[in-house]
Amino acid sequence: MTRLLPVLLLAALAALPLALGTEPYLLNALITTGILTIGAMSLNLLLGYTGQLSLGHIAFFGIGAYVSALTSLGFDVEIGFGYRVAHEPWPAATGFLLAVAAAGACGWLIGRLSFRVRGAYFVIVTISFAEVVRLVALNWVELTQGPLALTGIPAFTFGLPGLGSWTLRTKLQNYYLVLGVGTLCYALIARMVRSRFGRAMRGLKENEPLALSVGINATRTLTVAAVVSAAMAGAAGSLYAHYLRIIDPDVFLFATTVTMVIMVVGGGKGTLMGPVVGGLIFGLLPVALRPVMAPEAQWIVYGIVLILILFLMPRGIVPGAAALLARGRAPRAGNTILKSRPAVQR
Amino acid sequence: MSAAILSVAHVGVRFGGLVAIADLHFDVAQGEIVSLIGPNGAGKTTAFNVMTGFLKPSQGEVRFRGTSLTGLQPHEITRLGLSRTFQRTSVFPDDTVFENVMIGLHRQGGGMSRTLLLDALLARTRASERALRERAEALLDWVGLAGRAGEKAGALAYGEQRLVGVALALATEPAMLLLDEPVSGMNASETRIFVRLIRQIRERGITVLLVEHDMPMVMEVSDRIVVLNHGRLIAEGRPEAIRSDPAVIEAYLGQGSAARRAAAGAREVAHA
Repeated sequence: MTRLLPVLLLAALAALPLALGTEPYLLNALITTGILTIGAMSLNLLLGYTGQLSLGHIAFFGIGAYVSALTSLGFDVEIGFGYRVAHEPWPAATGFLLAVAAAGACGWLIGRLSFRVRGAYFVIVTISFAEVVRLVALNWVELTQGPLALTGIPAFTFGLPGLGSWTLRTKLQNYYLVLGVGTLCYALIARMVRSRFGRAMRGLKENEPLALSVGINATRTLTVAAVVSAAMAGAAGSLYAHYLRIIDPDVFLFATTVTMVIMVVGGGKGTLMGPVVGGLIFGLLPVALRPVMAPEAQWIVYGIVLILILFLMPRGIVPGAAALLARGRAPRAGNTILKSRPAVQR
Repeated sequence: MSAAILSVAHVGVRFGGLVAIADLHFDVAQGEIVSLIGPNGAGKTTAFNVMTGFLKPSQGEVRFRGTSLTGLQPHEITRLGLSRTFQRTSVFPDDTVFENVMIGLHRQGGGMSRTLLLDALLARTRASERALRERAEALLDWVGLAGRAGEKAGALAYGEQRLVGVALALATEPAMLLLDEPVSGMNASETRIFVRLIRQIRERGITVLLVEHDMPMVMEVSDRIVVLNHGRLIAEGRPEAIRSDPAVIEAYLGQGSAARRAAAGAREVAHA
C-alpha cells in the first residue's frame, strides 16, 4: 500500500495534462506547485527526519536559482582590488548542476556551523543566512541586477551529440521536467530514509544519547542530511529560474519558507508522502479558491483549512489518514501494529 | 586476575563549586562483573557519564584497553568497544523493537562509514541489509524478545524496554558493557532473569560494570564491588568483604530510611 500509493499518484500526475488539456493558467499553477513541493520534500528531510527546523530554507532555493541563472547568462563583475571576474554563458543544464552543487555546499557550511548547538540556534542561523543572501542579491547590483531582476534567463536545452538539441519552451515540457525531477528527489529520499543512514537520522531524533551510545556520529549524519536537503532545494530553485526565465531578490521571501513549512507540517512531517500531499493541497488550494471568492476571503479560507487540518490531524494529513484507515481495519485485523509493519517477516 | 580492560585513574568531576566526584580510582579486569554502588548522589551515574564520554572529567583520565578516552566523543568510545545502557530512556520509542536493534547495528556490517550515503544511493545495500536483519533477529532471540519484534518499543513494559536497551548495547559488539541501574523498577522474577542475562553476557566474553541499588542482586552477581560515597571510593572488594565493611555500613545507615532498607537487604543476604 505504502509503496503503491506513490506510483498511483505519479501515474495520475503524468496523465493530468491529458485530462486538463494544456490550459496555461492551470499548468502554470501545477508547475510552480511542483517546484515548491520539491522544496518542501527537501525541507522534510531536515524537519521531518532529523527534527531540525530550517527557517531559512528558501536561501538554498534562491541560491540555486541565482547560480543557475548567472551560469547560463554569464557575468562580468569586479570583486575588489581591481580584479574582475568574467564568465561566458554556459548551457542551462550546466547551471542546474552547479546550482545543486552550490546549494549543497552552502548546506554543508550551515550544517557544520550550527549542528554543534542545534535546536533554536539552528533556526536562528538559517534565518540569518537567508536574510544575508537576500541582501546580497538585492545590493550586489553589478552581479544580480538587484531589484531590476535577472531577465532573459534561457530555458533548459537538452542536446545529444548527433541528434540535435531540444529546448523546453512550452509549459507542458516544463511540467514533465518538474515531475521528473520531483520523482527523482522522492526516490532519492525514500532510499536514504530506508537505509541505515535513515535509521541513524531516526535514532538521533528519537533518543540522541542512545543514538550516540550505539556509535552514531551526530554531526556527520546531520550535516549529510543538510547537504542533501540544500542541494535538492537548489535543484528546485534552478527549475524555477529556467521556467520563469526571470528572477529577482523576491525569490528569497521568508513567506515562501513558511509555505514550505506549512506543506511539510500539514502533509505530515517525517513521512515520504506528507510533503507531496501537503504540497499539492496547499499549492493548489489558492488556485481552486480563486474562481469562487475574493482574494481576501481566499486567504481566510486557506488559514481555516490549515487550522482544521492541524486540529483534526495534529501529525498531518498522511499520518492522520493512515491512522483512520488502521482504525477502520482494526476490528478485523487484530493487532494493527504487527499487521502494518511486517518488519520481522522471514 | 588478568590485565585491566578499564582503568579509572584519579577522576574528578566538578560542576562549578559542586564536587560530584572528588577522586575516583579503580580498575576493572577483563572478564569481570563489577558493581559500582553507593547511596543516592554518590556520583555513580556521573562516573558512568565520564567513562562513556557524555561528561568531561575535571581531572584524571579513563583508559580503555590501554587507550585514553580523554577528548573522545560518545560515538567514538562506543566504536572502541565500550558500550552502555541508560537508566530511564533505553529505547527509540517510536520504532519497533526490531528497528531499534537495526539502529543499534549502525556500525556493523563492514567499515562503510565513509560510503554511508553512497551505499544508500546505489542499491548496494541489499546483501548487507539482509545480513543485518539476521543479526537483529538473533540478538532479539538472545535477550528473549523475539516475540515482541513487531511492537513499538515505547509501548513495551519497563522490564522489556531494559532488555531492548541491552540488545542495542550488544549490537555494537562491545568488549565491555556498562549497565546503569538495569533492574531498578523490576520485580523479583524479572530481576532473576536479568541476573542470568548478565552472566550470559559475561560468557560471551564481555566484561560488565554495573551501577545498581538492588543490593541482593548486586551481591549475587558481582565478582567485585566498588563503593562510592560523596564522590569518593570508600571500599572495594569481594561481596562478602563489602557486606561486613564498617565504612560501607556507616555510609548506608547514615542515609535516609531507603538506604537503611538497602543496607538491611545487604545484611539479609549475608545471613542467608
